[in-house]
Amino acid sequence: MFKIVKRAEMAGGTVIENKIEAPRIAAKAKPGQFVILKADETGERIPLTISDIDPEKGTITVIYMVVGKSTELFKTLKEGDGYQDVIGPLGKPTHVEKLGTVVCVGGGTGVAVLYPITRAFKEAGNKVVSIIGARNKDLLILEDKMKAVSDEFHVCTDDGSYGRKGFVTEVLKEILQKDTVDLAVAIGPVPMMKFVSAITKDFNVKTLVSLNPIMIDGTGMCGGCRVSVGGKTQFACVDGPEFDGHQVDFDNLSSRLRAYAEDERKAHEAFCRVHDAK
Amino acid sequence: MTQEKTKTEKIPRQPMPEQPPEVRRRNFDEVPLGYDAETAAKEAQRCLQCKKPACVTGCPVEVDIPGFIKHVADGDFKTAIRLIWEKNALPAVCGRVCPQEIQCEGLCIVGKKDSPIAIGNLERFVADTERLQGTGDLPAKAPATGKRVAVVGSGPSGLTVAGDLLLKGHSVTLMEAFHKPGGVLIYGIPEFRLPKDIVASEVATLEKLGLEIKCNTVVGRTVSLDELFEEGFDAVYIGVGAGLPVFLNIPGENLNGIYSANEYLTRANLMKGYLYPKYDTPLVRGKNVAVIGAGNVAMDSARTAMRLGAENVRIVYRRSRTEMPARAAEIHHAEEEGIEMYLLTAPIEFIGDDSGHVTAMKCLKMELGEPDASGRRRPVPIEGSEFTLDCDLAVIAVGAGANPLLTQSNPEISLNKWGYITADPETGKTTKKGVWAGGDIVTGSATVILAMGAGRKAADSIHDYLKLGW
Repeated sequence: MFKIVKRAEMAGGTVIENKIEAPRIAAKAKPGQFVILKADETGERIPLTISDIDPEKGTITVIYMVVGKSTELFKTLKEGDGYQDVIGPLGKPTHVEKLGTVVCVGGGTGVAVLYPITRAFKEAGNKVVSIIGARNKDLLILEDKMKAVSDEFHVCTDDGSYGRKGFVTEVLKEILQKDTVDLAVAIGPVPMMKFVSAITKDFNVKTLVSLNPIMIDGTGMCGGCRVSVGGKTQFACVDGPEFDGHQVDFDNLSSRLRAYAEDERKAHEAFCRVHDAK
Repeated sequence: MTQEKTKTEKIPRQPMPEQPPEVRRRNFDEVPLGYDAETAAKEAQRCLQCKKPACVTGCPVEVDIPGFIKHVADGDFKTAIRLIWEKNALPAVCGRVCPQEIQCEGLCIVGKKDSPIAIGNLERFVADTERLQGTGDLPAKAPATGKRVAVVGSGPSGLTVAGDLLLKGHSVTLMEAFHKPGGVLIYGIPEFRLPKDIVASEVATLEKLGLEIKCNTVVGRTVSLDELFEEGFDAVYIGVGAGLPVFLNIPGENLNGIYSANEYLTRANLMKGYLYPKYDTPLVRGKNVAVIGAGNVAMDSARTAMRLGAENVRIVYRRSRTEMPARAAEIHHAEEEGIEMYLLTAPIEFIGDDSGHVTAMKCLKMELGEPDASGRRRPVPIEGSEFTLDCDLAVIAVGAGANPLLTQSNPEISLNKWGYITADPETGKTTKKGVWAGGDIVTGSATVILAMGAGRKAADSIHDYLKLGW
């Protein structure tokens, strides 16, 4: 068992943070890598990108949005409880180097994944400009942490309840118009990454996106996480999870993420019925 | 007179009772039901007890076949299983999934004029009898040597290496990337062909012998090979399997409802998707299913889809029946269950609906031309033969490649041009000191028993190394 040593709720309980005891993984993990978690015997294997690593204490942190049965099940785990299985670190780490100016764009829970990468670029001596967004103020996460590792910091909400009203892409466009940017990193919902990549392409700024497709083993064995990158099939688990945003077929990715939408909806409803009754 | 009587009363090969096809095609229970003690003894009496048994030369792990069969004929099942254990740590598995027809049974002298002795069925019988009614007495272990061996991958070759080295007195740690040990025996071969309880029981026997198992350990990611040596292991065996799915690279292949056989079978078997929603992992249940390829994995996929309620399941294969790589018995079982063979047929494109789910597969008819590099006649498309098959689930089962996850970070281990590990065929030694390899990561996709044979040789070599040096 992999024990949860600290648990926190964010965004009104729709986003959960788990700090998990996993010394072997913590000793090895680098920003950009992910783990696969399985709560119990009958559970699914769910990939989540690591949002913080403490090699000394032997812990890793994951942050996830509660969207379906498996994340509802994760949400029921309290401090002291544990995951039956945690596998990792998987995927390639982010290639971090001193480039000059790096713009880090995060949407929703993507900010959790973006945070360690942003910090790494900052520590490598880059000027870091961060833009984070959410649908509304309540859903915004890790604002202080992101601010602390950024030279320039922007917040937007879709409804204008906090920061600037509008999408992260609008702020990004303004920055690209006035500054020279060496790299953009965009992590968030697929449409956000798609639009960010479209904009940065116009400005010819290299853009990394981190993909989280449906996955089983995470070691390149099943091909379930295949994505089309530059017309070639790649496996997000071993070739990624980060790819050149200008090359990714986001529409195919969106479609593959919906492969079990109907099953997921039914399973989620069934879980909530039973759970609420308790 | 007596001789005459013996001849007329010659015992025929005892048939294996099976679930009838129309029943089993919709359930996941094991297809063959197994011999009872009386049938097993009767079958065992057919064995001629050859002085120079050809069957043993056909066995990659050289089980003393006439020896154990003699004990079965005598009704001494306890001694029979212990004799097998001397050479084979996984008899309940091998009795079920070995291709006996091209190994032991293929060389059986009785088989020259009559049906060969049912060696596989007898092996299965003694293993099952021990599991269900046995004493559980374990084979004797040599005194502890104090040497530690890491075995990477818990499939058939890894389990064999582990079993052999434990008996030789070494301490063995088995590392598995998945959350359950067993490798292809757990994620690949379906329940109706190899019940998972049996695999668990064979693994448990090794644990009783002292095996330490570390699941969720991806060697190459969680820990590197060099770190294993730093942690104090004296030798490492790599038996990670082939584990890289091969796709067709035709348009539409990334539509939903198209799986690699690895993914389809892993969802169904390891994740128990066939029990969804009791287990949480879903899998597409097709009405019209196309399985591309004609090996054992293709048969397993097709028969799984049938059990999950398909109306039509089609094996689509670009060569002819003669070239189908699956065991004859698997093809026979599949056809009995209503699986259709679309031979000399090659898919060229998948078509999908607006939601991105596959709805059809465009195919071409083929004919056989001149032999190709593999010696098999090359399939050539027939012009103007294009047709479309309805298909809401497609499983690509055309083989596997070498998964580079472990090897890419270890340049001292030399690979062949396909990415498989170069290992000495006699010892399993790789080009890195203290590291052995065997099974599919060396040979490419093969059988459970060949992987076990490689494991046996490597275990002997590792044992020599631990005593004498590299």
